[in-house]
Amino acid sequence: MMQFMLLFSRQGKLRLQKWYVAQPDKARKKITRDLVTTILARKPKMCSFLEWRDLKIVYKRYASLYFCCAIEQQDNELLCLEIIHRYVELLDKYFGSVCELDIIFNFEKAYFILDELLIGGEVQETSKKNVLKAIAAQDLLQEDEMMDSILREHGLI
Amino acid sequence: MLTSESHIFFVSLDRRKESVTSKVEDIRSLKSFGYLEDIIGLAIEPAFIVMALKKVKGNFERIFDKNMTDLVRGIRNNKDSEAKYIAQCIEEIKIELKQDNIAVKANAVTKLAYLQMLGYDISWAGFNIIEVMSSPKFTHKRIGYLSASQCFHADQELLMLTTNMIRKDLNSQNQYEAGNALSALACFVSPDLARDLSNDILTLLTSTKPYLRKKGVLMLYKIFLKYPDALRPAFPRLKEKLEDPDPGVQSAAVNVICELARKNPKNYLSLAPIFFKLMTTSTNNWMLIKIIKLFGALTPLEPRLGKKLIEPLTNLIHSTSAMSLLYECINTTIAVLISISTGMPNHSSSINLCVQKLRILIEDSDQNLKYLGLLAMSKILPTHPKSVQTHKDLVMRCLDDKDESIRLRALDLLYGMVNKKNLMEIVKKLLVHMEKAEGTSYRDELLSKIIQICSQNNYQHITNFEWYVSVLVELTRVEGLSHGELVASQMLDVAVRVEAIRPFAVQQMSLLLENPYVIFGLSGGGSSRASTMIQVLYAAAWISGEYVTFLPNPRSTLLAMLEPRTAQLPHNIQSVYLQNVLKILAHLLTHPEPTPTPADVPQVNGEVPAKEGSEDYEPVEEQNESKELNLVEIQEKLKPFVSSEELEVQERASTLFNIIKVYLKLAGKQELNSESFGSELVHFFAGDLNPVAPKAQKKVPLPEGLDLDKWINDPPSESEEEDDEEVDSTQGVFVNHGTQSMAEFYGKTEAKKTYQPTEEELQKQRETRRMEQELNPHYLKSSSKSSPTKKSESDVPPIAKLELNVPLRIPGLASSDKYLEEASKSSSKSSKSKKVSGSKEKGKKKKKRKHGADDENEEEERKATKSISPEPEPIHVVSTAIEMPEGATLSDNEDSLLPENDPHRALNIDLDIPLEPSEVLPVPSHRKTKKSLDPHYITDNNHHTKSKEQPAKAPKSQNSDEHPEEPQKTKESSKKKKKLKKDKKNDHEPLPEENGGDESTKTKKKKKKDKSEKKTSSKHKKSQNSEVNLMLDSLEEDSNLSSKDAYYGLISELKAKNYDRFLTFWSNYFDQNHSRYVILYVQQIRGSLKGKSEP
Repeated sequence: MMQFMLLFSRQGKLRLQKWYVAQPDKARKKITRDLVTTILARKPKMCSFLEWRDLKIVYKRYASLYFCCAIEQQDNELLCLEIIHRYVELLDKYFGSVCELDIIFNFEKAYFILDELLIGGEVQETSKKNVLKAIAAQDLLQEDEMMDSILREHGLI
Repeated sequence: MLTSESHIFFVSLDRRKESVTSKVEDIRSLKSFGYLEDIIGLAIEPAFIVMALKKVKGNFERIFDKNMTDLVRGIRNNKDSEAKYIAQCIEEIKIELKQDNIAVKANAVTKLAYLQMLGYDISWAGFNIIEVMSSPKFTHKRIGYLSASQCFHADQELLMLTTNMIRKDLNSQNQYEAGNALSALACFVSPDLARDLSNDILTLLTSTKPYLRKKGVLMLYKIFLKYPDALRPAFPRLKEKLEDPDPGVQSAAVNVICELARKNPKNYLSLAPIFFKLMTTSTNNWMLIKIIKLFGALTPLEPRLGKKLIEPLTNLIHSTSAMSLLYECINTTIAVLISISTGMPNHSSSINLCVQKLRILIEDSDQNLKYLGLLAMSKILPTHPKSVQTHKDLVMRCLDDKDESIRLRALDLLYGMVNKKNLMEIVKKLLVHMEKAEGTSYRDELLSKIIQICSQNNYQHITNFEWYVSVLVELTRVEGLSHGELVASQMLDVAVRVEAIRPFAVQQMSLLLENPYVIFGLSGGGSSRASTMIQVLYAAAWISGEYVTFLPNPRSTLLAMLEPRTAQLPHNIQSVYLQNVLKILAHLLTHPEPTPTPADVPQVNGEVPAKEGSEDYEPVEEQNESKELNLVEIQEKLKPFVSSEELEVQERASTLFNIIKVYLKLAGKQELNSESFGSELVHFFAGDLNPVAPKAQKKVPLPEGLDLDKWINDPPSESEEEDDEEVDSTQGVFVNHGTQSMAEFYGKTEAKKTYQPTEEELQKQRETRRMEQELNPHYLKSSSKSSPTKKSESDVPPIAKLELNVPLRIPGLASSDKYLEEASKSSSKSSKSKKVSGSKEKGKKKKKRKHGADDENEEEERKATKSISPEPEPIHVVSTAIEMPEGATLSDNEDSLLPENDPHRALNIDLDIPLEPSEVLPVPSHRKTKKSLDPHYITDNNHHTKSKEQPAKAPKSQNSDEHPEEPQKTKESSKKKKKLKKDKKNDHEPLPEENGGDESTKTKKKKKKDKSEKKTSSKHKKSQNSEVNLMLDSLEEDSNLSSKDAYYGLISELKAKNYDRFLTFWSNYFDQNHSRYVILYVQQIRGSLKGKSEP
């Protein structure tokens, strides 16, 4: 099971964090700091896996962003890479050639997509189409609500 | 007027004022002026309406959404004063949160979620987040749940306010609302929430929407972790989902069962057939990986399953193109093969297949595959070392990889690849690596790996310990390593346990002691460069002192140890130095003859045969004179240590100082000669020191009557008794100086160790040693006595104490290379080899504490080395004797499978036993709604509060379904007497209380009990509480919530006496848009609680 997922930039700025196992805030900060420095120090040609405490860290760099996951000892590293890749593909599809700025300014959307892909650290939907469908449906709901509320506010319906 | 207002509106938008507040105010004022109505009134064409609407909508969006963007932009623009900017933003957010408009709040919460991600504490906004979550609008819910999932923790009291709201959302018509609630719940589910919502989540499994079924199934896993009691009742449904028509749901169920089974495999063995079927039919790689992983967990328990799996697994290995699946298959195949007992002929083919595939992975250009291939190889290694060893070339190549983590993995593999034949070669390669390697951490890793490889299984693979000691000495010369202590402990271990190596080791160590500044690159300024490697001197001093009889030149070593610069060494080393100076001194006093060669000295410490002294009588006299001079000199040299700031050093130095003083005094009076004084001193160091088993201290039985927890000085009468005992024991140890009593003190084994070899045996030993030396062309003679032909090929310059910072080659310091050369030479001669029976080796390994037999064994050993067999025989013997208290045995398996705090421990539940009727999930009852409908409610309650002195009723009435309110109330009032805190739970669901089987809830209750005890201490308070309850009851009856005054009055009355019930009560109203009241009151109550607890 995935323990947590971090997204951070090449400058070490955190862009997204998702914790599937409860950790006190202090521990979270320490873990984040540790991992960001360790991973940024690694050379690009190095492999994507790290032994870290009793966990395995799987990370991958896409453009200026590092995607970093922590999984348990028995978990499959390649599968985790696969999940990261799937998430990147989803972001890409949703934003249309995603860049770091998209995630900064629409961080909640990035979270929503992640929540449709994983729940409690487990993959819930392997089909890209289904995830995007769910996200689109929810976005539509929001839009409808927005329209509705505006109309209602001004007595139009 | 109208136009001016609209002007202000747009201007304000353009200027984009700092806070949302003002904008909202603007909009309000616009509304009050009827601006929008006017526009629409003016509009005649529908197109215009649409345009106007769009504009308005755009403005709205800008007001709210832009603000999030503003925040991000602001942070990016204020890089220098980020903290200040954010503090300002948080102030604004606080103002926004006080507004009534939920949209404003939602926007504020969005910003908070962003700040949380940046690492700011937003826990203070918990109530507001719940407010936003409870909004009927999906937009707000979505962001509310997201923020909650990011910042809520399972231990927050706040969470109990969310129970009803989440339940409502789970049952919502809109599947996405439920989905959001589930996603968030997965992050912060607490044991209470898990218990309260388990039933609702289980109902989701029967939903018509696969979207919800899937999420529900995955959520169950989190529920089980927090509320293990749910596992048995829910498991049948979960199992059904394995055959769900929707592949996503099916995959989710496999996921959950796989996670569960990995931690407690034996409870899931019965599911193997279902999974087997799934494995052979499914084509979904995501699911297949999980299934195969699950089998990997199951096979160790059921080898038959493993046999059945081999075929489909090998098929998959052959057919799949997905690397992740291939890797998983190989892993599971390895697990299967490990679990199946070896000797099955057809399995060697599958192991070969695995190794072959792994080789392909390792040879791949993708570093990740390379890494994983090596990792998997290391799993095969312990059970099938042969098949891995065939790929030694590959592993060696990986040692040269650019990627450090790959090199480290390859190093792990090396551990299992060494054997007696290739050890020297491999270590040589590692030493070369060490020279080339950049970065100290990798060097350190290399060093510890070298030591690990060499020392594994009691130095199983080392044939020549002279080589190993030289390697260790070489390692001390590598710069910037931080494993000095490790090297030192290895040196000590080897010297202590390999008796035959002691002469060589002592000789090498004395070289280290005499040339520390050259070797360790110490400049005059003290230890800087190689601060940890200096610890090797500790071992060097100890070995030289303990086995002083082998010292080639004790006097110079002694003087070297007392060099003024010793005072710059770490204190622990200084004190060891001083202690061993004493040992050497004692030796010098008893052995006044010129330095004996190691070969001439019997191996056993202690007294010297009397003959030797008489033979060299003349030189003794000379030596004596010079020694007396020395002693004065030594005394002088000790002076700085006597005034050392470190207590240990000071004490040892003064002891030594005074011993010399006494000796000089006595010698001056001609009252005793040096030898007799020396032999007195030698007694202090009599007896061998053996390594102590790691857990020996634990095994020492407590002497009868000794209580470690007792105060030593209290009571005085007992301490007297202890004093008496102590006196007794000291008599045994210190008063009798004879060796015999010493031996007794050290135990029976010691007596055997002081075994004196007969002259014959000594002769034999010497002979064999000489032969061994002859065999070894590179053997360095420590003294000039030895024949010149055996000198090392390099011309040895005289030792000069050069104080250079550059490490120089020290004459006599062995190089490990020559042993490698020697080994390669000898292997070429191997054709001559004669068979050496393996039984000898076995005998050696078995021998524990059989010290009497040691010498004989060594004889055989040395004879054996004359002939070099393809598998070289060890030259030296490793003693495996370790000190343990009598009757104790070594046992290592003290830790259990799962760590203590692993939540999965509680999930070790047998699932095959049929369900008991009592095993049901807690069913929620919506008190609020039913109560207001139930006309008997008040009377019931009154009745119970009156009769609260009779507690027995509660459990019986629990199961009645007709009046669900009644039993609850009964129980509630009966429990109230004991613990008010429980009320909350009782209100919600009576069932888990009576189950009572759940450990975690029990302990929780205990805690709560402790907390609540303060409150319920007096009867007076109880009666007050019942009043309060009555008030609450009537309050719940009253549907008019807006009567604020009543609540304020109530709160002052309450003074938090029944905090929990109050909270629960309010949380029921949470869904009804009275959240503001709830927050107000809850905060007020919390405040009064705090005020209470402080004094």
